[in-house]
Amino acid sequence: MPLTIPEINLIPLLPAIIPALTAMVVMLADVLLPGKNKSWLAVVALAGLAIAALQTFSLYGTDATAFNESITTGPLAVGVCLVVLMAAFITVLLSIDYLNARNLDSGEYLALLLGATSGMLLMALANDLIVIFLGLELFSLPLYVLCAFWRTNNLSLEAGIKYFLLGSFSSAFFLYGIALIYGATASTNLSAIATTANAATNPLFIMGVALLLVGFGFKVGLVPFQWWMPDVYEGAPTPITGFMSVATKAAAFAALFRTFLVAIPPGTLDWQFVMALLAVVTMTVGNIAALTQTNIKRMLAYSSIAHAGYILIALVAGGEAGAEAALFYLAAYAVMNLAAFGAVLALGHGERERLTMSELAGAAQVKPWAAAALAISLLSLSGFPPFAGFVAKFFVFGTAVNSGYTWLAVVGALNSLVSVYYYLGPVIRMYMSPPAEDWKQEAVSRIPAALAFAVIVAVVLTVGMGFFPGGVIQFAQAAGR
Amino acid sequence: MLTVTHYTVLSAILFSIGALAVLIRRNPLIMFMGIELMLNAVNLAFVAFARYLNNMDGQVFVFIVLTVAAAEVAVGLALVVAIFRARENVDVDEIDALKG
Repeated sequence: MPLTIPEINLIPLLPAIIPALTAMVVMLADVLLPGKNKSWLAVVALAGLAIAALQTFSLYGTDATAFNESITTGPLAVGVCLVVLMAAFITVLLSIDYLNARNLDSGEYLALLLGATSGMLLMALANDLIVIFLGLELFSLPLYVLCAFWRTNNLSLEAGIKYFLLGSFSSAFFLYGIALIYGATASTNLSAIATTANAATNPLFIMGVALLLVGFGFKVGLVPFQWWMPDVYEGAPTPITGFMSVATKAAAFAALFRTFLVAIPPGTLDWQFVMALLAVVTMTVGNIAALTQTNIKRMLAYSSIAHAGYILIALVAGGEAGAEAALFYLAAYAVMNLAAFGAVLALGHGERERLTMSELAGAAQVKPWAAAALAISLLSLSGFPPFAGFVAKFFVFGTAVNSGYTWLAVVGALNSLVSVYYYLGPVIRMYMSPPAEDWKQEAVSRIPAALAFAVIVAVVLTVGMGFFPGGVIQFAQAAGR
Repeated sequence: MLTVTHYTVLSAILFSIGALAVLIRRNPLIMFMGIELMLNAVNLAFVAFARYLNNMDGQVFVFIVLTVAAAEVAVGLALVVAIFRARENVDVDEIDALKG
């Protein structure tokens, strides 16, 4: 067999390389430069993310491949990269004061966050199962550490170890799936797998696809692989919870879409029915479990499971339209969920976070702006017009109806009706109840500037994508093609 | 004569033993060993398929998997040490402050 060295073209991989380089710069600057407070490192991180976003934007529409077709800059990949970079940008802004209030080291934190971002971008760009796996591990490992980053807090440590044990358990399933598919098709490249004759009748291949689905299901939180999510989301530091819920989901869904839409040629393996079933179960379980939650982080964790179900509807609908709808949904979910977590942070004070429903009572009178931001983001998450969440759901359900899955759209619509109940709970508490006693004992603090800026950006995007979805939809439509 | 089927079955058995260890044992270190066993079962499958298909890719993937497994060990043991420092007990059944 002659050894051919593939042409090295780093440009399509730059979105993932730039955050990784920035992570190294931040880590070195943290060690080498003097000074106690290293909050300014956040500026370096933000600059790196901005440059990566500009670079990603310039890849839009190139549709190139690199590294022997194991990297692709297809439109869905570029779109998801931008969503992940935006989520990382907002998360850095949310984290600065969170870390200072708890005396946590910002250098390590930012380096890990940038490393995770780099892994997510690699996963979104990957066109090869092994590269998808590398991306998955590259973002999972820093996230395990970030979940446990508040080392003196027992809940944070518990979230870290739980996420780590279950995460690496699911990675092993994912990897075994890759091995079986490799055995059946002699390749791990998604385009090459698609052209392998009779792959779909090979039991090895079918087993492999099933195991891959277990791995993906774990990362995006599909029922029945969702058990870790509420615990990890509740225990992890709040900015990290926000980041995990939106960026992990975006990257994993990009890879999931590419695997199922590219590697499995249409009509060979009937996976749509299984996916539709998973979507129904995921939406229903997520929404029903969220109904009884009293902790807002836990409630948002269950809501995150339900949203994974909605996005799966777009995959069932399939094709270009499905990819467009999913990309729009991922972007909308990213801004509104980050707005919600940012608002929760803004309602806290120092180390104290107000997470339970009784603690939130009367927040609108004490911190009107933070309460308004939380109300807008929760309404948007429930699919209330005219916010981004409504347009996103409309888009996804519309795609399902167009491709003949009307029943699935109906189940989805009924589910979002149920979800209104628990999203409105905190809003009613904040606006209708008298302020909780302990608001008075606590001097009402100003919201830190970086946090306020991040929340404003997220809320403006949530409202903007609701009122003027045209630009994003056009971008997403070009993405499907 | 050992065929690829033998290796595939052996790797499936090893993978299942590893998965059972994760599900049954309550010490994170043993659970972690179970995960390592699962990853090694995958390595065996990769090597066997590479030999059977006469395709070197599978052998290269083993190196990638080994690297990732080493990184996982570093993170996992650090987390276990952090938990042990905080509570002097690492039984997963007692790490149960988060539930609902």
